Amino acid sequence: MSKSSPRKRAETHLKGALRRMQTDKGALAGTGIIVILIFLAALGRFITPYDPNEQNYDEMLLPPSLSHPLGTDQYGRDIATRIIYGCRYALLIGVAVVGIHFVVGVSLGLLAGYYGGYVETIIMRLVDVMLAIPSVVLAVAIAGFLGGGIQNVIIAVGAIGWRAYTRLVRAEVLSAKEQVFVEAARAIGCGDLRIILRHIMPYTMAPVIAYTSLGIATAILWSAALSFLGMGAQPPTPEWGAMLADGREYMQDGWWIATFPGVAIMVTVLGFNFFGDALRNALDPKTEKRI
Amino acid sequence: MTENSILLEIRNLKKHFPIYKGIFRSAAGWVKAVDGISLKLKKGEVLGLVGESGCGKTTAGRSILRLLEPTAGEVLFYSHGQAEPINVTTAPPKVIKKLRQDMQIIYQDPQSSLNERMTVGSIVSEPLLVHKIGAPSDREQEAEKLLKAVGLEGDHMARYPHQFSGGQRQRIAIARALCLKPKLIIADEAVSALDVSIQAQVLLLLKELQNEFNLTYIFITHDLAVVRYITNRVAVMYLGRIVESAATEELFNNPQHPYSEALISAVPVPDPDYRVRRILLQGDVPSPIDPPPGCHFHPRCRYAEDICRNETPTYRELSPDRFVSCHLADKLNLWSFSK
Repeated sequence: MSKSSPRKRAETHLKGALRRMQTDKGALAGTGIIVILIFLAALGRFITPYDPNEQNYDEMLLPPSLSHPLGTDQYGRDIATRIIYGCRYALLIGVAVVGIHFVVGVSLGLLAGYYGGYVETIIMRLVDVMLAIPSVVLAVAIAGFLGGGIQNVIIAVGAIGWRAYTRLVRAEVLSAKEQVFVEAARAIGCGDLRIILRHIMPYTMAPVIAYTSLGIATAILWSAALSFLGMGAQPPTPEWGAMLADGREYMQDGWWIATFPGVAIMVTVLGFNFFGDALRNALDPKTEKRI
Repeated sequence: MTENSILLEIRNLKKHFPIYKGIFRSAAGWVKAVDGISLKLKKGEVLGLVGESGCGKTTAGRSILRLLEPTAGEVLFYSHGQAEPINVTTAPPKVIKKLRQDMQIIYQDPQSSLNERMTVGSIVSEPLLVHKIGAPSDREQEAEKLLKAVGLEGDHMARYPHQFSGGQRQRIAIARALCLKPKLIIADEAVSALDVSIQAQVLLLLKELQNEFNLTYIFITHDLAVVRYITNRVAVMYLGRIVESAATEELFNNPQHPYSEALISAVPVPDPDYRVRRILLQGDVPSPIDPPPGCHFHPRCRYAEDICRNETPTYRELSPDRFVSCHLADKLNLWSFSK
């Protein structure tokens, strides 16, 4: 504390968190990866000379070289180009799916945990019912019912993951609402909505945020699985999961076809995990190293 | 004192907690945390509510503010300018919210009573925000004024609670409690978690603030030294009931209940030559689930007679403003400070 410069006026919570994140190496790595992903998603088309979907039968199954840094696939398409174009799908699916999970799961969890009684019983039994249906079956059923395409992948994956957030948030709320500061909030006259949003929700967010980063990764993997089953992104969409599935058949002739999309997924997942961890630490001012 | 100067009246307040057992979660018994307490509190008075841990002091405090839903009884609050008191135990949520401006609480542990994720400025000004008092800039100014009133700096506003020491945090909690200019403050072990030197500072502060803002306190504590220092009147609780209530000096000099006697004999006296005949109570506090019959205190009372084992003593007025719940109250010659 002695070393920190005296800051004028109120530093908002978020600003404080951002300031703390600047000193975290994991946060820098994660942020770097995410920034690169966003950059590629937005401006990727200006970097690569190739078209992601144009087939070129003169350049089939070429190993990595200078002109094709990550090689080409069975139709002669440049893998690097397809991965760059795939960034957009990965980010879109990840963020949209987690958005659905977050809004639905967290709201239900807050309601169930805070009000208890019948509200809790109804919500948690609904979660139990959802948990009793295998995720794969449910996602496949929804995706099959809605048909292929990115939008339907988002809906299908969005429908299966929120229950984990509900359980997580409800458990956190149960411990949060016993905290003295929550009763103190009631003592000064706060209403339910304010107590839930201002006092309880921030208290529950640290594990949820960590879970959100994992959720983006999981969402990407799920969409890949659906694509593999032919219910997700339709060919020739350069979606990483679909590329991974495609390349599996050519493992013997071209290891690079499946490997590089896999690496792309891994790096993306890693990036979101680093970022989520750092964010969780930064949002909790208690973890700040005191000098 | 006229009837008009009464601020708070508690009539037979009870708070029982159910104990659930078995797969059908049926109530197998009740913890009688507060089992019928009655008190009158005058404006400007400082009442000490004392007793061992687990005797129901804290539950009583929370039930009075209706932070817990009382099982039975009435809490009447004589609000300023109103002839009829508000019954806190039955008031609808809107009235309760309004009432929160007049009744505040300071908690024992300032580590947990402040939201770690809010800045001190927003903690202290939150009551104003909730009750929609003033513009944002007014609220900030008010919070700064309050922080100065409790001995903190204005530029502490932007910091988080964890950046403060225990004593400073308790000052923040006090500033928050004062924010709405309440008439009644319940201090629930407000100084117990603090170092002795800080305790003295905070007690002094509370005393000063009482004069400045014309406050009425209920001081819930187990620390009789604190009670003697700050209160005008004391109510001694044992197992959910008040066993004796009297003016503070009166209680210390002339206790009428054997339990008060034992408590008072345990107060340390800063004089090495002082030889005290300390009364050690035998055994533990009985369970509030299944309290002993007759007088709750009889298994530990050295004066207990047959009547104590069989009949519950009534809470009677021995002399004006002096209540005791003991069959033998006027027959015993109890130890006290003055003797």
